[in-house]
Amino acid sequence: MEIIVCIKRVPDVSEAELDIDRSGQGIDEADLVYGINEWDNFAIEAAVQLKEAHGGTVTAITVGGEDDEEVLRRALAMGADEALHLRDEAFEGSDARGIATILHKAISSRPHDLVLTGAISGDEGSGHVGGMLAAMLGIRQVALATALTVDRSRATVRHEVEGGLERVVELDLPALVTVQTGLNEPRYVSIRGIRKVSGMEIPVAGAADLGIDPATVGLTGAQVVTEELFIPPRGEGAEILEGDDDDMVDTLIERLREHGGL
Amino acid sequence: MTGPHQIVLLPAQQSYLGLPGPLLQLLMLLVALGAFAWIINRRAALLRRGAPDPRLDNIGARVKRALVVGFGQSRQPRYRVAGILHILIFFGFLVLSLRSLTLIGEGFSAGFTLPGLGGALGGAYALLKEWTALVVILCCVVAAVRRLAVKPARYHDRNATGSHTGEALLILGLISFLMVADTLYEASHAVLGGEAVPASFPLVKAAAALLGGAGTNLLNTVHLGSFWLHNAALLFFLCYLPVSKHFHVISAIPNVFFSKLAPTGTVKPPRYEEPDMDKIEKLGVGSLEEFTWKHILDFYSCTDCGRCSDSCPAYASGTPLSPRMISIKSRDLAYAAYPVRGKFPPEGTITPLVGPFIAEGEIWACTTCGACEEACPVTIEYLDKIVDMRRHLVDEGDVPATLQKPMADLEKKGNPYGKMPRKRGDWTGLKDVPPCGVKTLKKGEETDLLVFTDSCAAFDPRIQEISRSLGRLIELAGLDAGTLGKDEADSGHEARRLGEEGLFEDLRDRNLEALEQRGFNRLVTPDPHAFNALTHDYDELKQPVLHHSQLLDELTAAGTLTIMGNGGPTRTVTYHDPCYLGRHNGLYDAPRRVLGRLPGVKTVEMERSRNRSFCCGGGSLYLFYEGECDRRMGEIRLEMAEKAGADTVVTACPFCLINLEDAIKTTGREGKMEVMDLAELVEQSLPGEQPS
Repeated sequence: MEIIVCIKRVPDVSEAELDIDRSGQGIDEADLVYGINEWDNFAIEAAVQLKEAHGGTVTAITVGGEDDEEVLRRALAMGADEALHLRDEAFEGSDARGIATILHKAISSRPHDLVLTGAISGDEGSGHVGGMLAAMLGIRQVALATALTVDRSRATVRHEVEGGLERVVELDLPALVTVQTGLNEPRYVSIRGIRKVSGMEIPVAGAADLGIDPATVGLTGAQVVTEELFIPPRGEGAEILEGDDDDMVDTLIERLREHGGL
Repeated sequence: MTGPHQIVLLPAQQSYLGLPGPLLQLLMLLVALGAFAWIINRRAALLRRGAPDPRLDNIGARVKRALVVGFGQSRQPRYRVAGILHILIFFGFLVLSLRSLTLIGEGFSAGFTLPGLGGALGGAYALLKEWTALVVILCCVVAAVRRLAVKPARYHDRNATGSHTGEALLILGLISFLMVADTLYEASHAVLGGEAVPASFPLVKAAAALLGGAGTNLLNTVHLGSFWLHNAALLFFLCYLPVSKHFHVISAIPNVFFSKLAPTGTVKPPRYEEPDMDKIEKLGVGSLEEFTWKHILDFYSCTDCGRCSDSCPAYASGTPLSPRMISIKSRDLAYAAYPVRGKFPPEGTITPLVGPFIAEGEIWACTTCGACEEACPVTIEYLDKIVDMRRHLVDEGDVPATLQKPMADLEKKGNPYGKMPRKRGDWTGLKDVPPCGVKTLKKGEETDLLVFTDSCAAFDPRIQEISRSLGRLIELAGLDAGTLGKDEADSGHEARRLGEEGLFEDLRDRNLEALEQRGFNRLVTPDPHAFNALTHDYDELKQPVLHHSQLLDELTAAGTLTIMGNGGPTRTVTYHDPCYLGRHNGLYDAPRRVLGRLPGVKTVEMERSRNRSFCCGGGSLYLFYEGECDRRMGEIRLEMAEKAGADTVVTACPFCLINLEDAIKTTGREGKMEVMDLAELVEQSLPGEQPS
């Protein structure tokens, strides 16, 4: 089974105090620490587990600059067989459609039974790339998978839908599945594990190698552009209602009316 | 009472089914020694397949240890009744072994005596032997009663599937039988010879009285029978030892001789034979053969006494870990996979241990406190084994999810909390925080005292208070002090002991680089884990390292910090010995001296103090790990403090403080008990100081 995993290197914003950078369109990256996108980590683990069970190869792909290579090495340390680094100045500033375009060009030319991506990324959080990529590849897709098994050429996926519900679907391969956190328990990657794969060659492909017209990707090709990034102004503090349940409900209804919510 | 002289048949002079006595004795010896040699060779064969482990350094220290701990039984009295019983049986055994050799000799030649034990010395020995035998029999009876009736809790492990009570009773029975048989042999000889047995030989006298009316034939049957049964039982005993839990009778003293001489706070290298970790194919221990030969010898030597698990905080708090079961299960597997009889597995066989026999839950539950090693009478090592098994799990990627995040944060941010590295030095004073006399050193700057807080004391808000308290004390003492600021990374102490050797090396190298870029005379840390790391894991560090209790001891002794009563409350204080300050580094007294100088402080000691201290549950990033347990270790420890009559627990470790303070909250003791760090208590005792 040929499995492709699309991964992204993102900043860890859990404890960071974010500052807007000088352009007003991005965050100040100086003190930030970067790592594998959490959702993608579950995707890599899923891919490696499927390979261990059914045989085949796992290829990890990322679109990014030099620094982003580290997540490919990490995927190799987790058990991916190959990695591919899609890197070109022309790719910088791509919107989700641009990323999907680049990935599509890289993937469509190689065998792919299953394409896995994280459901969203920890920085942008748009959740667009997976769906667009599937459409471009012309394969079926399911988003927010919480369980995934494959039997020969059929995948059974349990995934989240609206209303806190989950649904189980079966789909024929080739297919694309976007992965929700908690799908599995990703294996730990030790420093030693990373060191073991540090010598592996990771091929790089640019716009020319993939046959991509630079005008269709990057900032130039972007159809969604960031106008401004800002930290929402701090409003007044929250009000905590007191009293018994009936009192609180009455007060709440009053507040909602006052603020035009009802 | 004398009687008529009858014919005494001497064992060496008889024939048994045509076999002359000496030939029978020889055959018995050959069969037994042959079987024994075969069994020992089988047992040794597994040792030969274990990994290398150099244990012949410092022979003098090893001999001393073997004499003191091995022969001297120095660790036995910790459990008083069992300890005394064992000491008596052990020394009795040694005394009686001379008799056993003599009896073997009598099988070859009637009237045989060991060289030097004829004549007067022989007479003295005979008396000694008699009373020794009496004491040993009594001890065996008491021991049997303990097994059958008293049933001390530690005898049976809650995780054990089998029981060794049967084996224990068999051994007690065998030992007693040897004594009884010898007594009957002597008594029947006396009655046959018409001799009166003096009262100074009570056992033989009593036996002679029993045999008094018997006829010559019966007496001789008893005489010869008891002789040969004694020798047969002895030889059986010898062969039984290496197939039972009593292998320790043979292997204990060698095990002590080969024990780890390095401080217990140190960790063995991944492989002694390969110093470059990157060249090692598989790291750690997942199978029996990957243990070093000494660790396998440890399994053989385990007596299943249960003292390790009885001292283990992880066992007490209901986790799956029981140190003794690690030894017993490994030994059971070794005996099964490498049997005495039958096919021996071919060279290169791997017998998986971690997973099928030892669960991951057992391996991660250890805090590396070292109580088990401290308690073991035969100096079995556990910490290196736990770390080796963790190394294997880390290599395989099998790390619990709750530990993965702090370990990833250690790598990326230099602290397990995930806090921003640039804030690491902020505790010294920034904007809203008043400064405390410790400055942040830039590269190239110099100071007298380098304060290495490590991650907890740098980032945890409660522990930052301790760091600042220490800082203010340093300032009052007029000392020049500085930190590495945001160039400090976690010491890597827990990373190493969690099996992430690569991460440890990374962190250590970052710190060494930052330290080299600054000048200082000595280091001080409020964190015993950091103290242990800087002292033992950072070989390249040349400057001396102090724990802050040692610094405070120095300053209060010299009067540099003047302690004066300030009318503060009289506290009843108990000092909780941190594992990495006390047990692992032998530092028990400096904090106590400091407490002794503080006015308004009355000290009491917990039952489990000093090297018996009970771990708070701080090591191995336990604050993050969520394993199964019945109670938190901190709560158990707090109860011990309450039992000692203390209203204040004084700690000298950030983790101890956090865990005990948490325990106060979770057990509803707020307002009744308090936990303070030593530095805070000292600061309170200074003239005019108010706690901040």
